Amino acid sequence: MTADGFLEVENVTKRFGGFQALSSVSLHVRQGERFGLIGPNGSGKTTLINCISGTLRNDAGRIVFEGHDLTAVPAHRRTRLGIARSFQIPKPFASMTVRDNLTIPLEYAARAHGVDATEQARAILRLMGLEAKAHAAAATLTQIEMRKLELGRAMAAKPKLLVADEAMAGLSSAEVDDILDILFQLNARGITIIMIEHIMRAVMRFCERIAVLDAGEKIAEGGPEAILANAAVERAYLGQ
Amino acid sequence: MRGRKFGVVVIGMVLAGVLFTRLGANQYYYFAAYVILQYVVLATAWNILGGYTGYVNFGTAAFFALGAYTSVVLIKGFAAPLPVLLAAGAAVAGLLGLGIGYLTLRLRGVFFSIATLALAVVLQTMVINWDYVGGARGISVVRPGRLPFFGSYVEFLFAVMLLLAIFAIAVAWWIETSRIGRGLAAIRDNEEAAECMGVPTLRLKLIATTVSGSLMGVAGAPFPYYVTFVEPSSAFNLDYAVNSLAMPMIGGTTTWVGPVIGAILLGTTQQVATVTISSALNLLIVGIILVAFVILAPDGILGLVQRLKGGARA
Amino acid sequence: MVSLDLLANAVVAGILLGGFYAAVSLGVSIAFGLLDVVNIAHPVFVILGSYAVYVTNTAFGLDPIVAGIVFTPVFYGIGVLVYRIYYVSFEKKGQESLRGLVFFFGVLFIVEVGLTLKYGVDYRLVEAQYIGESLRFGPVGIALRLLVPCVVAVLLTLVLYLYLAKTFVGRAIKAVSQDSLALRLMGADPVKVKDVAFGIAIATASLAGALLIMIGPVEPSMNREYIGRVFAVAVLGGMGSIGGTFLAAVIIGVAESLTSTFFGPSWAVAVSFGVLLLALAVRPAGLFGS
Repeated sequence: MTADGFLEVENVTKRFGGFQALSSVSLHVRQGERFGLIGPNGSGKTTLINCISGTLRNDAGRIVFEGHDLTAVPAHRRTRLGIARSFQIPKPFASMTVRDNLTIPLEYAARAHGVDATEQARAILRLMGLEAKAHAAAATLTQIEMRKLELGRAMAAKPKLLVADEAMAGLSSAEVDDILDILFQLNARGITIIMIEHIMRAVMRFCERIAVLDAGEKIAEGGPEAILANAAVERAYLGQ
Repeated sequence: MRGRKFGVVVIGMVLAGVLFTRLGANQYYYFAAYVILQYVVLATAWNILGGYTGYVNFGTAAFFALGAYTSVVLIKGFAAPLPVLLAAGAAVAGLLGLGIGYLTLRLRGVFFSIATLALAVVLQTMVINWDYVGGARGISVVRPGRLPFFGSYVEFLFAVMLLLAIFAIAVAWWIETSRIGRGLAAIRDNEEAAECMGVPTLRLKLIATTVSGSLMGVAGAPFPYYVTFVEPSSAFNLDYAVNSLAMPMIGGTTTWVGPVIGAILLGTTQQVATVTISSALNLLIVGIILVAFVILAPDGILGLVQRLKGGARA
Repeated sequence: MVSLDLLANAVVAGILLGGFYAAVSLGVSIAFGLLDVVNIAHPVFVILGSYAVYVTNTAFGLDPIVAGIVFTPVFYGIGVLVYRIYYVSFEKKGQESLRGLVFFFGVLFIVEVGLTLKYGVDYRLVEAQYIGESLRFGPVGIALRLLVPCVVAVLLTLVLYLYLAKTFVGRAIKAVSQDSLALRLMGADPVKVKDVAFGIAIATASLAGALLIMIGPVEPSMNREYIGRVFAVAVLGGMGSIGGTFLAAVIIGVAESLTSTFFGPSWAVAVSFGVLLLALAVRPAGLFGS
């Protein structure tokens, strides 16, 4: 497996008090890739992406993005470098309209201003199918709209790497396809995507390569078929 | 459009102020108007951190008193002129604001609020134990002599506070309509999401706490000349904390107009009540109005107006 | 040179004072630590308790502690009422943090100003035969006006501890904020459980108020210096741990007493607030928290 230096996660370790959330996890994600991160609840998936996006600091190891060592880089600067994320539980800016939710990353991360920002916001809303809701208060959205806003807001940061943390949790089968469509479109535009997901159907369909975490350790990595056939993965999910 | 509303308010305030001085009003009115304008500054300052950013500061009195006591030191030690007092009060209180800004790194929500309350008591204790500024007994301050253009020194102080109020509103307006204001609103709505969307949350919070603190300090800087006798119990009065938070809450916290409306309404009510009823009773009224508003009209008068407008349209 | 007698006296007085602080702080530990309700008005309810005791003591000569106990049902009722308003207006709408805080700030102000209007800003005190007496053990003197409150506070702490640990409702209160699943399995309605818990929290203020006015004279604005103290104790004690609250209260009591003895009483108030600031900045989970 050749690494191209896009995203290198090297021996990342994280402890919470006495609890070892991540032990020496390493990942290499290539530019343009559709990468999946799976594992049982509490296996450390969200902790790992919190370390990548910068909302948590890893205790040991390092994360390198396009040659930048991220260890001392605060989260907002990582976003400006090109790493954007969506949250598992949507965290919209509830007092703002849907469009203003996009204005924040457009102004602060993508450095777009005035008319330019308005245009780009409109384009993203169109892509997400949220055009009609542009002036609605974010707090009034439905579950699926909230998920779309979450992804759209991450897109507004103009990322090179998008980390989608369970972007499809709680959605119906048709809605899952809806979100998958959007993610495929983004990937086609050259955006690398890390998908954290419990819905196996979506992961298998979307991802080119998958890493499996269990109890804070990486237990497997490979293509979808190889992961499905992996005995260790089966044990982790089904128990022994 | 927002800019026009802002311009109208500023011109209105200046005209009202000039008219006020030309009417040759009773000295008492200057005292009362000074207090109301002082509350415009404090409420506007509080709202920059509380309303825009979502960090509730219970320590307004600490910043106000810091401005006042900085003046006391400069008057006593160096006989410094008023412009220097204003600048120094703003600077020292701004530094304290910067300090509590760093507190927000570890303290969110209610813990931050409790810490600001604690800060006020610690600061008051230090002043009480500081003999140079009079300790618990307090200290007398002699006003400078007569000034040209102004009938009395209180008239002059009134004019100064009017300018400070306009300045504070201008600062709030500028923050609100700039990128900073939108970033602060993002922090208020969800700090983690804001940081992940590229908002430099720490830097913006430091700006908010520093600006808010220094405006509170500048409001306190002329206080020694206004009262001529400064004591810790009056400079650190809890009324400042309650009023500076009640006024934006009553007016509306999301725009600069809210604190101004709240300060003028509540400030005037208190001044009238103090004369016609009693000063303790007027504080009771403030408390009851505050509680009634947070329960019944959580978005303040502006929220009520908006709801009425919305209702009419629907 | 530090005199040993002085030190011993300061430590003993601090421990006794700390016991009393525990009584004042228990209500906050329950409301803040177990229910997530930031009742910064708790100290003003303690002052209200002091005035209730003062009125019955001067009018009927009722013993302060008996009066404090007599008023607990009234305060329980006040607590349930306040929590109901808080729940309907803020908690139910998910607005508890900012506006809820302002609500309690307003309540604090109303009660304080109300007391000032009725009784003025003069200090009030109560009469009981044991106030003013004192025991001596060698160089160490123990004033009964400090010893009795401490003993009552220890009893109150024990009763609350046993209540929360042994009774059904007590266990439900402990589960109400952390473990809603367990609560549902117990078949308890969380709002009713919180009613009871907040009622109890405010009921302790009645007894704590009796102890406060035994220790020294009381005036309405005194509640403010207790805000820092009770939250310092609650935070230091690990938010909701009854045993931790008592220990933290004793630590603060001793620290204040030592400061008061060696640096002068005017610095004592700052101690708890200083400790609180430090505790918040360094270890928000408290010394005895997980």
